[in-house]
Amino acid sequence: MRKKRIHPWPVRVCHWVNLLVMIGMVMSGWGIYNADPIFSFTFPQSATLGGWLGGNIGWHLAVMWVLAANGLFYVLWGLFSGHFKQRFFPFTPSSVWHDFVGALRLRLSHKSNQYNAVQKLMYVGVLLLGLLLVLSGLSIWKPVQFSGLVYLMGGFTIARYVHFFAMSGIMLFVIVHVVMVLLVPKTLPAMITGGKAVANKPGDSADD
Amino acid sequence: MTDEKKRPKIILEPDQRKQLVNIQRRLMIKSGLTLGAVSMLTGCNMQDGDEVDKVLWAMSRWNDRVQGWLFSGQKLAQTYSADQITKPFRFNAYYPEYNVPEIDIPNYRLEVSGNVQKKAPWTLEQLQRLPQSSQITRLICIEGWSAIGQWSGVPLKTFLENIGADLNCKYVGFKCDDRYYSSIDMATALHPQTILALDFGGKPLPPDFGYPLRLRMPTKLGFKNAKHIGAIFVTDNYPGGYWEDQGYNWYSGI
Repeated sequence: MRKKRIHPWPVRVCHWVNLLVMIGMVMSGWGIYNADPIFSFTFPQSATLGGWLGGNIGWHLAVMWVLAANGLFYVLWGLFSGHFKQRFFPFTPSSVWHDFVGALRLRLSHKSNQYNAVQKLMYVGVLLLGLLLVLSGLSIWKPVQFSGLVYLMGGFTIARYVHFFAMSGIMLFVIVHVVMVLLVPKTLPAMITGGKAVANKPGDSADD
Repeated sequence: MTDEKKRPKIILEPDQRKQLVNIQRRLMIKSGLTLGAVSMLTGCNMQDGDEVDKVLWAMSRWNDRVQGWLFSGQKLAQTYSADQITKPFRFNAYYPEYNVPEIDIPNYRLEVSGNVQKKAPWTLEQLQRLPQSSQITRLICIEGWSAIGQWSGVPLKTFLENIGADLNCKYVGFKCDDRYYSSIDMATALHPQTILALDFGGKPLPPDFGYPLRLRMPTKLGFKNAKHIGAIFVTDNYPGGYWEDQGYNWYSGI
């Protein structure tokens, strides 16, 4: 039986590149939001990147290319290596409920190499949110050239809200994600070194 | 023009700006490097010319090119019905409303220069006699807000043809009577919805919205829609723009 690491190298590289990308996108995005807030609050200037609107946008539209490259590589690799299929599926509403209740009672193991149903739902969900974030972002950036996207979002004004809420959803994920890492610290080294090689289940593809 | 921020920060002289950023950086270094790396980057604002800023400017030039490829000279921006017009329309400029320039309308002339055959200046009456085009479109500000308005005037393409402009040139530049200036790519200049607007809401342009002549193109962000235009030139030399030279993306297509 072939063995592979808990986190193959593409996952680790994309994960840490993505951390930098998200810091850049979120901080510059908050600066852009502040220029014309859609709610009654603004983000503190110290949490923004670029100093003024021109700098915010400069950062946002520069880092977006790193986001696109990293995201594209991760999604293509995840699809073609079988990684997504193996790690994120299957899960059912009842399995999610079962594991959610288990987690609340602290009776759920948090294994590094096999995700429970709640984790699967969270990771699939955050990937979909990321997709929504990119699509709503494109429709704000190019509402004339990508008018079909704007139509899907419900119009330019609503696309801005979609973009904001997708960002908020991902930030919520990040908070839960970081709290979980703090609760189960052994997961962190595995995301850096790849962790111990573990036996593959038969039928899984090996890639490391 | 139509959409810039009135932050006092922007009004600082470049030297003052640099000083301020340097002070901020020193404080950051003192306060350690925990989130310091990110915090120091917040000083990279496309205005100091440091190494990170050079990368940001290079990325902005790259984004100009990508947008040029994405731009379709035929694709029209969405148009709206009269009852969807935003009222009141929002004023925005790089100065407060009370500083809107006063223009001597009887003596107003539109200057023409650069790679054009006919360089005679134009009166408003002459511009009004050219074929007119009207549109109800959404103006989208770089800040994120947007508003629907009605503009009509001479298609820029018609005007460029009338002055015998070299349509193979790269840029059309605009100098404004409020010391604003900007420039656009030729493909956008020839777009059917790019007009030299004389009217706003069916009446001659009010002072707040760029009288007597403004650029109106629903395929670019608001600040590219120069107001109070006094001169137009056609050139192959990159002309930049008021906000563009400070760090706003030059192409700024939408």
